Amino acid sequence: MDNGYTAANGKRGPSCDVSPVPDGEIEDICSTYGNDKHRMLDILREVQDRYRCIAPATMDRIAAATDLTRIEVEGVASFYSFLSLTPKGRVTIRLCDDIVDRYAGVADVVSVFEEVLGVSLGETTADGAFSLEYTPCIGMCDQAPAAMVNDVVLTKLTPESARQAAEALKAGQTPEMIVSNRFDELSPRERVLAMVDNNTRHAGEVLLGPVPEEAGLTNALKMTPAQIFTTIEDSGLRGCGGAGFTTGRKWRFAASERAEKHFVICNADEGEPGTFKDRVLLTERPHLLIEGMTIAARAAGAREGILYLRGEYAYMRAYLEQVLEERRRRNLLGEAILGQKNFSFDIRIQMGAGAYVCGEEGALISSCEGLPGEPKTRPPFPVNRGYLGYPTVVNNVETFCHAARILDRGAAWFNAMGMEGSHGTKLFSVCGDCLNPGIYELPYGHTVRELLAMVGGLEAAAVQIGGPSGVMIGRDSFHRRLTFDDLATGGAIIVFSGERNILEIVDYYMSFFVHESCGYCTPCRVGNVFLQKAIGKFRSGHANPEDIEYLKDLSATIIETSRCGLGMTSPNPILSTLLNFPLVYSATSRPSKDGIRDTFDIQSAIDSARKIAKRRSYIFDKDFTQ
Amino acid sequence: MSGTKRETGFTFTIDGVEVKATAGMTIMEAADEAGVYIPRLCDHEGLRHQGSCRVCTVKAGGRSVAACTQPAAPGQSVENETPHLTKMRRDLVEMLFHEGNHLCPICEASGNCELQAMAYRLDMTEATRFPYLEPCRSLDASHPDIALDTNRCISCGRCIRASQDVDGKGVFGYVGRGIHRRVAVNGENLADTDAEATDHAISREVCPVGCIIRKRVGFAVPIGEREFDHGLIGHEIEEKRK
Ligand SMILES: Cc1cc2nc3c(=O)[nH]c(=O)nc-3n(C[C@H](O)[C@H](O)[C@H](O)COP(=O)(O)O)c2cc1C
Ligand code: SF4
Ligand code: SF4
Ligand code: SF4
Ligand code: FES
Ligand code: FES
Repeated sequence: MDNGYTAANGKRGPSCDVSPVPDGEIEDICSTYGNDKHRMLDILREVQDRYRCIAPATMDRIAAATDLTRIEVEGVASFYSFLSLTPKGRVTIRLCDDIVDRYAGVADVVSVFEEVLGVSLGETTADGAFSLEYTPCIGMCDQAPAAMVNDVVLTKLTPESARQAAEALKAGQTPEMIVSNRFDELSPRERVLAMVDNNTRHAGEVLLGPVPEEAGLTNALKMTPAQIFTTIEDSGLRGCGGAGFTTGRKWRFAASERAEKHFVICNADEGEPGTFKDRVLLTERPHLLIEGMTIAARAAGAREGILYLRGEYAYMRAYLEQVLEERRRRNLLGEAILGQKNFSFDIRIQMGAGAYVCGEEGALISSCEGLPGEPKTRPPFPVNRGYLGYPTVVNNVETFCHAARILDRGAAWFNAMGMEGSHGTKLFSVCGDCLNPGIYELPYGHTVRELLAMVGGLEAAAVQIGGPSGVMIGRDSFHRRLTFDDLATGGAIIVFSGERNILEIVDYYMSFFVHESCGYCTPCRVGNVFLQKAIGKFRSGHANPEDIEYLKDLSATIIETSRCGLGMTSPNPILSTLLNFPLVYSATSRPSKDGIRDTFDIQSAIDSARKIAKRRSYIFDKDFTQ
Repeated sequence: MSGTKRETGFTFTIDGVEVKATAGMTIMEAADEAGVYIPRLCDHEGLRHQGSCRVCTVKAGGRSVAACTQPAAPGQSVENETPHLTKMRRDLVEMLFHEGNHLCPICEASGNCELQAMAYRLDMTEATRFPYLEPCRSLDASHPDIALDTNRCISCGRCIRASQDVDGKGVFGYVGRGIHRRVAVNGENLADTDAEATDHAISREVCPVGCIIRKRVGFAVPIGEREFDHGLIGHEIEEKRK
């Protein structure tokens, strides 16, 4: 069956293993990207969109066109979740399986899709029409359960709305038509707003309040690079992506590196579950973001920039392209910006393809270079040798927006807000068990309790600050402050009520890290699997008191020996709940009768052999009959 | 990077032993020259540094870093064989054992295997606490002269780098992500690649375990004459200092 869905590019994609891709088409795609191996992710994304799979024969042809080996192409194609070596449906439905969505009822939504489309989770229909799968947080946490249907986003799903959507798809409508039957007539911005509510609950003085156009850039063009770094340094601005490095110093380091070229990259990967503040800035303040990147380029001496947009945000790509185009027209990008002869700068959008680790700046650069999203060995740091080996400034979306505002209003204005060491405002994206999930722009320094009062979440029993890689705190810590020095967060605040099961949350977060580890280094690749298995023992009642020590001990090894921030923070869900909710662990562990820790389950180990040998056990097989 | 960089020498210490280095050298390179052995699995002479196994983790200036990729710094004091670091390393080696399928008594590499030898060196004598992942990876025996059994693969990537950088070929590469990341070949199977038994990547010294098997020459070295029958892994380096 053909569901009549035609890809956005107008070509009906033949299934790659049913009919081979016609001669020349793969080569055409490669040549669109200059047969450049560094554009491999773009090439593979386009092949995936068009033919719904990246078949071995296709990889051979891509390798030939880009002068790589097939295994190198396969290494990239097999790394990213949104690329597939086996055929996917013409419509792929990806539901967020985060704990927030589970608590919001995603399981019932899945059942409806399964029933109406006749496909099980993780599978593709025999006719190649539909695939149904789970994916980690897609940045719609304030309107869960949410799903991507190809590039279209559906939010606040209920079994009823899911049934309507599934039936429409089954009847041959496009995903876009589910959003609006006049989707075609909408402008790119209207399309974005038709799909997703931005839920701005509290606009602060810096970012979400009124912002004059190009005021920061106009000032920056009158300043020397040194004056720009000094202003940003004096403001006290620190990176908003999680690590909190001083932004002015980062720019200064990159600029002081002598090189033929410099680059500016915006990190819009926003993969930390529970974080959706960049989504809001990208749609509400795109000009401010590009203005900030342009100022950074001016300061660091860059002519080229990249906006790395996570694959989940493909729905806003056309809008962002339109913004860039408009700025080129207005001479805010391109050659001789605003008439300054020696200042040229332009930006391309690099789409991601489903990999949380690509938010790590080295992995982000690898991904921009067309490689698997593996972090890079440090040193050298990106400011010394980043994209293609050139000095590179990587900053978060929010950081660039703040920088543009600082250039407009001055360092002292920004510095006066917030607290010592944490200046200015911060966007908090709040979701979970609260009345008003959404975005709150607040000066640094509020207590968790104050924030909970604003969001209607005072009933909370636990709050996850900073997403899975952050910490979970309980009521006795709600007096703590949201600052870099106390509770640091890239923005995620996930509220849990007393009905939630802490071990279930921890288990989910560990499964997230297992899924998202790049696999490069031993401790993170293997150790996180062990941690998740150990949490499973607590959940199933098989844990002993010694398992608590085991969790701490293994976590310490993973944190100390991992190669990048992912592994260095992945045990945090366990360690922070051991610290703040110790009773959860002591109540679910008890000494075993025989004193033996049951890490090894002999019955499951020999189960397959027993089945083959048809030897059933009188003791272990409950269904055993003689 | 720049050819004009002066070869300035300096010293630092590893477990109290003074070690000479020049700018740009890694901690491990300097240690090797000085006859101080830092345990390692993914790093191998003549190949690019990868920094993935983390067995070489040392404490430099109080921070834990991979000695094979971390540049040596003047005056720094580096900890290497402390009980704490040996414990970390043992955990990592145990993880590698549990990630794959290892049955030393019937393995062709036994006695010449760096993973096994590292377990001895790090005193991995007690029963381990980790669960077994028991992967099921198929054997590739398609090639007339070479077999590839990745059940024992520790993802060190030495075969990948040796093939790319020494043989100029690219027979091997990584595919997948996370715990599913593994080594694969450039084609349907080994016979579909340009691998030859004479490649450096195929030679006994490159794969630290027993994944890359040269057909018809297995079990050739009698017990007693195998590489690690003579001493602990790292003894050649340590002998330089005696
Ligand atoms: C696993 C991992 C994921 C990350 N994800 C993001 C992200 O999605 N967005 C982001 O801005 N920074 C992310 N970071 C932090 C970046 O590595 C980097 O510090 C940041 O982009 C620098 O920009 P800033 O100084 O403006 O915060 C991540 C770090 C790690 C270790
Ligand atoms: S810590 Fe995890 S994500 Fe980072 S390099 Fe190691 S395996 Fe990859
Ligand atoms: S590869 Fe090494 S550790 Fe593994 S079974 Fe063989 S000898 Fe033992
Ligand atoms: S096959 Fe051998 S050399 Fe290659 S990655 Fe695996 S263990 Fe290392
Ligand atoms: S979209 Fe589901 S948690 Fe973020
Ligand atoms: S030897 Fe340094 S990480 Fe493997």
